[in-house]
Amino acid sequence: MVEGEVIERDLKYQLPTNGRVTAAKHQDNGANGGNRRLKDEEFDRYSRQMIVPGMGKEGQLRLINSRVLIIGAGGLGCPAAQYVAGAGIGTIGIVDDDVVEASNLHRQVGHSTARIGMKKVNSLIQHLEDLNPLPTYVPYPYQLTPQNAADIISQYDLVMDCTDNPITRYLISDICVLLGKPLVSAAAVQKSGQLIVLNCPPTPQGLVDGKYAPCYRCCFRKPPPASSMVSCGEAGIMGPVVGMMGVAQAGEAIKILASALHIPPEADTNNNSPERNLQQPTLLIYTYDLDSAVGLYSFRALKMGGRKRNCFACGENSTLTLEGIKAGVPDYVQFCSVPTSSVNLPPEERITAAAYHMAKESGELSEHILIDTREKEHFSFGSIEGAVNTPFSKFLMKAAAIKRDGSPASEILPAEAGESDTPIFVVCRTGIDSQETVEKLKELGLDNGGKRRIVDVMGGMKAWKEEVDPAFPYI
Amino acid sequence: MSSATDSGEIPITVDFSGGLEMLFDNQRRHSVSLPAVGTGGQPANIAFLIQHLCKNFMKDPRAELFVLDNHIRPGILVLINDADWELEGEEAYEIQPHDNILFVSTLHGG
Repeated sequence: MVEGEVIERDLKYQLPTNGRVTAAKHQDNGANGGNRRLKDEEFDRYSRQMIVPGMGKEGQLRLINSRVLIIGAGGLGCPAAQYVAGAGIGTIGIVDDDVVEASNLHRQVGHSTARIGMKKVNSLIQHLEDLNPLPTYVPYPYQLTPQNAADIISQYDLVMDCTDNPITRYLISDICVLLGKPLVSAAAVQKSGQLIVLNCPPTPQGLVDGKYAPCYRCCFRKPPPASSMVSCGEAGIMGPVVGMMGVAQAGEAIKILASALHIPPEADTNNNSPERNLQQPTLLIYTYDLDSAVGLYSFRALKMGGRKRNCFACGENSTLTLEGIKAGVPDYVQFCSVPTSSVNLPPEERITAAAYHMAKESGELSEHILIDTREKEHFSFGSIEGAVNTPFSKFLMKAAAIKRDGSPASEILPAEAGESDTPIFVVCRTGIDSQETVEKLKELGLDNGGKRRIVDVMGGMKAWKEEVDPAFPYI
Repeated sequence: MSSATDSGEIPITVDFSGGLEMLFDNQRRHSVSLPAVGTGGQPANIAFLIQHLCKNFMKDPRAELFVLDNHIRPGILVLINDADWELEGEEAYEIQPHDNILFVSTLHGG
């Protein structure tokens, strides 16, 4: 009798579109998650996880009856999908509009060399079907947008945020709040990773008198300024760092679904599981050091607050609605792109990569200094002949030191530049840092009152590859 | 008000993570002896610590990557002994001897 009620509870949170659940409902007459027999192939395949204390057949059947949406089929999404699929989650949706590139493969292990150029969603599903043909895989080979997000997310029990930008992260969280979906969120760049479980168990928007789970906005109220954000493409990423976070995401999703941690306490007619729903929201951070072994601070678990009374999305006076989001309110793009001060150099202080090359080849530009401000790792793969490497971060520090200590400004220049009026050209990776460098050099008076030309090579080494040398090893 | 005030300095550790260490000499962990009394004569709190770090520990001149309008910039979490500073009173939290203060920038890559 009691067990029968438990089933009712679970089914309330299943979707009618889920064929497996309907089937299970007819066969059900007992335990949590349905009491159907496991098919032989399921029994064999899932035996090693089913014998883990706390899992059992019950947990496995819950997984089989669950639907998980993975947003992003990259460095987080690949390992996350592998473990979620391996564990036998019944339906797995994957959203991504990108295609597989060779530079993805060191970390996006669900793709393959042979599938370069293929849509990531299709490539990953091909891999997953090979791993486990039992789940149903649903491809969404396009971007998640304010217009389609609710329709897609509404079909799932749990969402995994494996995306790479704040715009989509805030959108996903807002929709999860409004639709009452638990969200497992992770991120990684360069040598750091983060993981947090949000909105679990979900509680209706506006409920604040009690201890409720936070949403993404409760923890990360405002995005960082656009200028301070770096992507994996720019800053790099170590495969195991992002992989570790993706696997941890799968671990959390499997745990939540197998143990029904996402069923709100209000819906729990069984009412004997108060403890599990009052977990402390925790942000896990992983710090990976290239110059030391795993240490005391490689992993840190940080205690976060619960739902915020004044949260824009889930707080008491929130005006956020599904209709509003679809109609463009809030404006996620604007919210995430705080304007940044940009340097505006006059045309005579800029030259295209092609024009620089021509001037140099023709002899029109004889004696000059070329400063390359990329970081030394980038520079080490190749540079324009004669370029001198002065990494931008070091340059800025030196410029600040000169201002502070009043030491000679010429110290910031490579020895080759001397005190002469030899023109200086500055090139960087994509043409932003170089403009700031030109501006700073002038500020330091190194243009000798206009006698010395200081010029920005427009578009950086990216433009050099496009306009001058297609074989250039640009990263 | 505490023994720390008597000695004039509060010994703490300050950690940076998520890329912020780049602004602080690429060093993740700093031992800091923080003056026990802030600029306005009040006990040293997190707001004072932030000023102190900018003045004495930041090697990179891009201060705007750490502070904006004298407050910690959006997108940086501050953790006091591994708990979100919002649980502890944010900038007004009075620093205690041997506290660990962690600054983490939130990541978005994936």
